[in-house]
Amino acid sequence: MATDAAAPAAPALAARDLNKHFGDRHAVRDVSFDVARGELLAIIGPNGAGKTTLLTMLAGIRTPETGIVQQAPGTTARIGWVPQQTAIYSKLTVAQNLRLFAKLEKVADVEDTVERMLMQTGLEDRADDELGSLSGGNRQRVNIAVGLLADPPVLLLDEPSGALDPRQRDRLWGFITELTERGTAVIFCTHDIAEAERHAHRILILADGEMLFSGTADELRTAGEAGPDDDLEQAFVAFLRARGH
Amino acid sequence: MRWMLLKDLQILRRSKLLVGLLIVYPVAIALLIGFALSSGPEKPSLAFLSKIPPSQQQIKLGGETIDIKTYTDKLFGSVERIDVENREQALEQVRTGRALAGLIIPPNFVTQLSQGGLESASIEVIYNGDALKQSFVRSTVNSKLAEADAALARQITQVAGGYIDTIANGGEIDLGGLHFDLIGLKQANKLLASATRLAGDDKQLRAKIKPVQNFAALGVANIDRFKDVLSTVERPVKVEETILSGRRTPLDTFAVALAVAVSLMFVCVLLASGLLALEREENTFSRLARGLVPGWLLLAGKIVLAACCAFVVTFVMLLGISLFVPLEYERMPLWIVALAGSSLAFATLGVAIGSLAREVRAASLLALMLALPLAFLALVPSGGVSPALYDVIRVISAAFPFKPSLDAIDAAINDSGASIAVALAHLGGLILVFGAAAWAGLRRFA
Repeated sequence: MATDAAAPAAPALAARDLNKHFGDRHAVRDVSFDVARGELLAIIGPNGAGKTTLLTMLAGIRTPETGIVQQAPGTTARIGWVPQQTAIYSKLTVAQNLRLFAKLEKVADVEDTVERMLMQTGLEDRADDELGSLSGGNRQRVNIAVGLLADPPVLLLDEPSGALDPRQRDRLWGFITELTERGTAVIFCTHDIAEAERHAHRILILADGEMLFSGTADELRTAGEAGPDDDLEQAFVAFLRARGH
Repeated sequence: MRWMLLKDLQILRRSKLLVGLLIVYPVAIALLIGFALSSGPEKPSLAFLSKIPPSQQQIKLGGETIDIKTYTDKLFGSVERIDVENREQALEQVRTGRALAGLIIPPNFVTQLSQGGLESASIEVIYNGDALKQSFVRSTVNSKLAEADAALARQITQVAGGYIDTIANGGEIDLGGLHFDLIGLKQANKLLASATRLAGDDKQLRAKIKPVQNFAALGVANIDRFKDVLSTVERPVKVEETILSGRRTPLDTFAVALAVAVSLMFVCVLLASGLLALEREENTFSRLARGLVPGWLLLAGKIVLAACCAFVVTFVMLLGISLFVPLEYERMPLWIVALAGSSLAFATLGVAIGSLAREVRAASLLALMLALPLAFLALVPSGGVSPALYDVIRVISAAFPFKPSLDAIDAAINDSGASIAVALAHLGGLILVFGAAAWAGLRRFA
C-alpha cells in the first residue's frame, strides 16, 4: 500500500484503511489518504478500479466494511457530493431542484443561495425550465450546483466534466479553482489524465481497488520512468504496466 | 419529509398522463368488475316458431284448462324472442347469427302433452355459434325449460289432485271426452258397510264384501297422502340455506367491495413503487442517502403519499357507487378505517416492489405482474380447486394485502360478518413485513 507522504498536519478529510467487497470482488482495499484544506486531489485509474466506490464511501453513501472517514475536527457541515450521472429531478424546474436540496441541506438563506447558484451556473434565464428540457451540459451544471449549495468544506466530484463542452469545462474548473482558493478541499475522479495534470495539486492512482500512487504529476512521471517533458498519460500507462495492471 | 412530499406532489402534478392513468385505470377496472358481477348476462336472442294450430292453444287435462301461452311466456321471460313463420326462417336466423338459437314447437305438442305419460311432449332447439355461445344458450334454454316444466308440473299436479279428490269424495269427471259420475271411496265405504250389515249371518257374502270394504276404508284413510306424494314429485328436493358465518353479502355490494379493493391496490402499488423507483431512476437516492433524508423517512413519505391518493380516489369512488347501489352511510367510519388500513398495506407493498426496481417502468411492470394474480387468487372459492391447492392459495393470499383488504372493506361496507379488527390486524402485520422488505431493498440502492 502506498502512503500519503504529502499530507498536511490538519487534513480537511482523512480516510483510513477503507475496504469494500462486492461479492468476491475486493473493490477497495486498505485505502488511506488525507486531503488538506484548499487541496485539489484527482483520483485516476482504469475502469473498475474502485474510484466511484471510494468516492461514495467518502460521501457517506456507502458504508465501508472497515476503516473510517473523518473530517477536520469541529467540522459539522456535510461533505458535498456531485455524482457522475445527474442526480436531480427532471420533472422539477432548475430553481425548484436547487430550492428543494437547499432546504434538505438546511441552508440558512434558501432563496439567496438559490439566486447565487443560478448566477454561478449562468442559468438565471432557465430557472423556471424543467430539468428534462435542458441540454446534458446544463443539467450537469445544475448537478454540480446542487453539490455546492451548502458550501461544503470538502467537495467530491465523480467525472465532473464528462458531459460538458470545452467552454463549460473551462468555466467549471475556474469555479472549482475559486473554491479551493477559499479553502474547500476538492476530490475528483477522472479518466482524463490531462485534466488531472492541468488542475490537480496531487494525483492518486487506484487500480483493482488498491491505492498505488499518491503524488504530483512530475512524481508520477518519475515513477513511470518517463522524462519531465513526456506525456503523463504514457507515464501513467507505463506505471500501471510495471505494477502488473 | 414535508419537502419531499411537496416535491413528489409537484412531480405528480407535472405527470398528467400518469395521474390520469392512475385514476382512470382503477375506475375502469372497478366499473368492469362491478358490471360483470352485478348485472346479469345479455338476453340471448331466440328464433321462435310455434306450429301449434290456433285451435289447440289450450290443453285440457281432465276438467282443467292450461293455456299454452303461460308455458311459452315462462320460456321467453329472459330471452329476446324473434318470431318466424317456418323452420327455414328459423334456420336462417340462427345461421346468420341474428338469433343464437332457434326453438320450434311441433304441431303435435299439445296432443303429446294432453296424453301425458304415453309420450313426452318435445320441442326442437337449433344451435349455432362458437362453443362458448352454444354452451351459454344451451344452459339458458335448459334452465328456462326447467322453469317452464316446473310451472306446467304444478298445474298438472293440481289437475291430478282434483282427480284424487273426486276419487275420494265422489263427483263428476271428464276423461277423453267421456263423462263419468263417481260415487267416491268415502261413499263406497259407507255403502259396503251397509251391505255388510244387510248380509246378516250370510258368512259367505260377508267374506266377499269384507276385503272390498277394507280396501275402501284404507283408501279413504290414506288418499290425502297421495296428494303429498304428488307435490313431492313436483319439487323432489327443497333447499334449506344455512350460512355458517355472519350475514350473506349480496353479490352487487360484494362487487362494490371488490371493485374498491382492486382500485385501491392498483393506485397504491403503482404509485408507491413508481415514486420510490423514481429516486433511483433519477439517481437522486445517492444524494438523499448522505443523511439528507433518512431511509425510513423516505419510505414513510412514499407510503403516506400513495396511501392518501388511493384513499381519496377510492373514497370518492365509494360515494359515487353509493348513488347506484344502496350502501349504509352510517357505516362510513368503518369505510374510512378499512380504506386507511388497506391503503397503508398496499402502499407498503408498493415501496417494497419499488425498492427492487431500478426504474419506474420496471417497478410498474413488476407491480402489475404481482398485483393481478394476487387479486385473482384471492377470489378462488373453496371447492373450486383441490383442497391441497386451495391451502396453497390461502397461504399465498394471506401473505399479501389483497385478501385481508377485501375482507376489511367487505366487512366495513356490507357487515359481511368477517371481523374488521382481525383483517386490520392482519394488514398491520403485513405492513411490518413489507416495510422491513422495503428497508432491506433500500439498502441495496446505495
